[in-house]
Amino acid sequence: MSTSSTPDLVAYDDAVARFDPVVGLEVHVELNTATKMFSPAPTEFGAEPNTQVDPTSLGLPGSMPVLNAKAVESAIRMGLALNCSIAAECRFARKNYFYPDMPKNFQTSQYDEPIAFDGWLDVDVPANEAGEPAFTHRVQIERAHMEEDTGKSSHVGGATGRIHGAEYSLVDYNRAGIPLIEIVTRPITGAGARVGEVARAYVATLRDLLKGLDVSDVKMEQGSMRCDVNLSLRDTPESRLGTRTETKNVNSLRSVERAVRYEVSRQAAVLLDGGSVLQETRHWHEDTGLTTSGRIKSDADDYRYFPEPDLVPVAPDPAWVEELRAALPEPPAARRRRLQGEWGLTDLDMRDLLNAGALDLVEATVLLGAPPAAARKWWTGELGRAANTRGTSLEELPVTPAHVAQLQALVDGGKLNDKLARQVLEHVLDGEGDPQQVVDARGLAVVSDDGALLAAVDEALAANPDVAGKIRDGKVAAAGAIVGAVMKATRGSADAARVRELVLQRVAPGA
Amino acid sequence: MTSNSATSSGELVRLDASAMAAALRAGDVSSVELTQAHLDRIAEVDGPVESGVHAFLHVDAEGALARARELDAARSRGEELHELAGVPVAVKDVMVTRGMPSTAGSRMLEGWVPPYDATVVEQMRAAGLVTLGKTNMDEFAMGSSTEHSAFGPTRNPWAADRIPGGSGGGSAAALAAFEAPLATGTDTGGSIRQPAAVTGTVGVKPTYGGVSRYGLIALASSLDQGGPCARTVLDTALLHEVMGGHDPRDSTSLTDPVPAVVAAAREGARGDLTGVRVGVVREMGRAGHDEGYQAGVLARFEEALDHLRSAGAEVVEVGCPNVEHALGAYYLILPSEASSNLARYDGMRYGLRVLPADVDPAEVTAEQVMAATRAKGFGPEAKRRIILGTYALSSGYYDAYYGSAQKIRTLVQRDFDAAFEQVDVLVSPTAPTTAFRLGEKLDDPLAMYRGDVATIPANLAGIPGMSLPVGLAPEDGLPVGLQLLAPAREDARLYRVGAALEARLHAQWGGKLLDRVPDWTPASTTGAPA
Repeated sequence: MSTSSTPDLVAYDDAVARFDPVVGLEVHVELNTATKMFSPAPTEFGAEPNTQVDPTSLGLPGSMPVLNAKAVESAIRMGLALNCSIAAECRFARKNYFYPDMPKNFQTSQYDEPIAFDGWLDVDVPANEAGEPAFTHRVQIERAHMEEDTGKSSHVGGATGRIHGAEYSLVDYNRAGIPLIEIVTRPITGAGARVGEVARAYVATLRDLLKGLDVSDVKMEQGSMRCDVNLSLRDTPESRLGTRTETKNVNSLRSVERAVRYEVSRQAAVLLDGGSVLQETRHWHEDTGLTTSGRIKSDADDYRYFPEPDLVPVAPDPAWVEELRAALPEPPAARRRRLQGEWGLTDLDMRDLLNAGALDLVEATVLLGAPPAAARKWWTGELGRAANTRGTSLEELPVTPAHVAQLQALVDGGKLNDKLARQVLEHVLDGEGDPQQVVDARGLAVVSDDGALLAAVDEALAANPDVAGKIRDGKVAAAGAIVGAVMKATRGSADAARVRELVLQRVAPGA
Repeated sequence: MTSNSATSSGELVRLDASAMAAALRAGDVSSVELTQAHLDRIAEVDGPVESGVHAFLHVDAEGALARARELDAARSRGEELHELAGVPVAVKDVMVTRGMPSTAGSRMLEGWVPPYDATVVEQMRAAGLVTLGKTNMDEFAMGSSTEHSAFGPTRNPWAADRIPGGSGGGSAAALAAFEAPLATGTDTGGSIRQPAAVTGTVGVKPTYGGVSRYGLIALASSLDQGGPCARTVLDTALLHEVMGGHDPRDSTSLTDPVPAVVAAAREGARGDLTGVRVGVVREMGRAGHDEGYQAGVLARFEEALDHLRSAGAEVVEVGCPNVEHALGAYYLILPSEASSNLARYDGMRYGLRVLPADVDPAEVTAEQVMAATRAKGFGPEAKRRIILGTYALSSGYYDAYYGSAQKIRTLVQRDFDAAFEQVDVLVSPTAPTTAFRLGEKLDDPLAMYRGDVATIPANLAGIPGMSLPVGLAPEDGLPVGLQLLAPAREDARLYRVGAALEARLHAQWGGKLLDRVPDWTPASTTGAPA
């Protein structure tokens, strides 16, 4: 494996002008069930190593699997949400290979009988920075199947943290047996130069869909959603599919798009150089934005699949499947279109909102009574910046939709102006309580005592006699300068609208 | 039969389990006395490894006596106890026991102490059975002689130079040597029934799913079935009811209630089989299909058929043509599943770990440790089957081997279904021969495999089977077993017919076959096979 030399790349635009890229995505989703796929061991993330285990998830001699009914329900709901057919009966299989993080040296998975198959997902690809328009691409889903996760090896010592050169390795089996659903697309064709955007939008859409189903945490950074990107190039859309590479470890939305673009450029360089693309596993490196060669995939990979004899076939009652179908939440794309309409947002506003990951938060804030425009402004503005500064997501900020709704209510009631409201929000972010508590504790309410304001107004008029004159001459717009001076003098604590009224009262046009 | 009675501990251990249970209930004997009598008997005959019976791999004298004391105390407090409470049991080493070694006869698990109990072990503990220890077996239950135990073979109490059958030869020998009145087994292709046949004891492979497999170290998951072993049909039934029943931790466990096998055994003991239709399986030793069957085995089998007729049963011959292909199918399915089930023994988590000798320890990889561990930890029979199964499951061979074998399995099931349209139970000799000599077939695996020809079809079909003693072969004076087979979930039929046959045979013999087992003579250590 060579990580040191970066191969020559063909510029992306040239590569997609010359070749037709085809992408396929395999997404592994860890379900959020309380127990493991085949045993009652708990599934808490981040627990002490080897504490979330039992005889079955450790593969101890004599242990046996029992299928987690909740995981089956989640798998079926996912399949239905992906417009898949649900198998009337399906079996698990054993995928046999030796690896220290596999307790049994086989993975119990589904092979030729997935629980869900033949579906599709409409993916809304937003307009891009180059000004190309938004469009919807229908991604065909080949299958969604159930399996168990492996343990996790960590390689201690050595320079790279990889297995080679490590002094010793530790294995944590907490993750072993966590329920996984693997969702496999058919080759995604017809995306052309925007293949990376389609791939990214697919993963984002899938993430939102699964979040809406509440079947997984779908946190790519914690590994509860993991993505492998298959990519190949062909001469034209009419050509046969080219040889694909499978890039593993692509674990952020941005990386999905970057990895696709990188592989397009790399494979184009190989092909234009007269070479041929190797069918191989490649590793994505987030830091460098490169993929490097991993294992050569060949026909020598033989997992000796056979039906898992310790489990009985899964045969979901069709009536139950229909119940699950009827109870599915509104699909995210339909919900987005509905909310965009209800809130009167432009496509660009909506895109910003989605990119900020603020849709749920804005909706919750609106449901608590805030006007949609204000709710959107807070979450994509102040709070978006706060999240960036702190390096967290909006959800993880110590501000809730209830806080934002309350803050906006204070603004709408004239208790706070924009500037004060931003200050209040800062204090809420600092954990000083909800907005009302901050206002009370810090005395941050708008100055509404006309006496105090009038003195400030008179002072400002006296300091700016020429402006006062213009107002008297009917140039009402000039009042802004006086309002500004008053706001400055009161350090922003005045209600600007009220100041303006007072200015106009004091120097009535024509008076 | 109190401690001051004339009954010596030597006589105590020869009682049936049901008689021991009655004596316990009557207060004639304590569980501590009973347990101690068995521990004494074990001390007398089981060792040393080179010449003793060697039925046990591990004897838990302290734990057994402690448990016996608890049960005696509970009884003296007037607590309601299970019928078998206080009776000792020997547990096949393939069943995991918390805090007690469980090696499955393999070097690979030497020293491993499981952190949990198999469901059947829990059930026996709850019933108040006293675990004496763990019995010897062929490594991971692969074999028909216990010669494939990593810890040395078990000897047949009838003749020290003979095999006790396998894989559960330790349990069967413990019964025949009066080291335990009850024992457990697992039967993947005959590992309960064949040892029972060659030791003059009784063993039952229940319907697949009738006894939980949770905590039974897996050989071939679709074939393995735990079951009871004892010296009489009634004792076997009593243990069967303790071991059986639904277990939510085993997905393949039947949800049916445990069949009423004790009642069936008691009914059968009256000796009346009027209206019962018995089918003799043509392909299992009848004329034209008797190659490899010992004359004395067939003779005793014929006599047993006469007893069944005289008990009122209608005996007819039925054909199950596909059972002739069963052996071949079995030796593809079993190794395939075994190759996967045994993959976990890699030195990474528990049991044996071997560092390769020719690699610098600082440079050694996990893969090299796995390979070295498996090279050293598995015996030749385990390796043979792992290699066979790995090959059979390989891409390109799967359909021809595993796929075809599954089709034969279906055909065998259909044959049995059709046969049970005509008859209530099927019968055959359990094994084609009596116990062969230690070492005799060790270098000829196929000859060893052929000994399972009559027992394997039941595992393929998932149906229940029993072996019970029907006499001694005239030519060698060794026990002969008769196999009874019944439709799935009809385990009770085995007990009814088996108990009726047993009653007539006991009447004929004036006692049990095991009354004739010679006093134990240790093997000559000089001429003993390796």
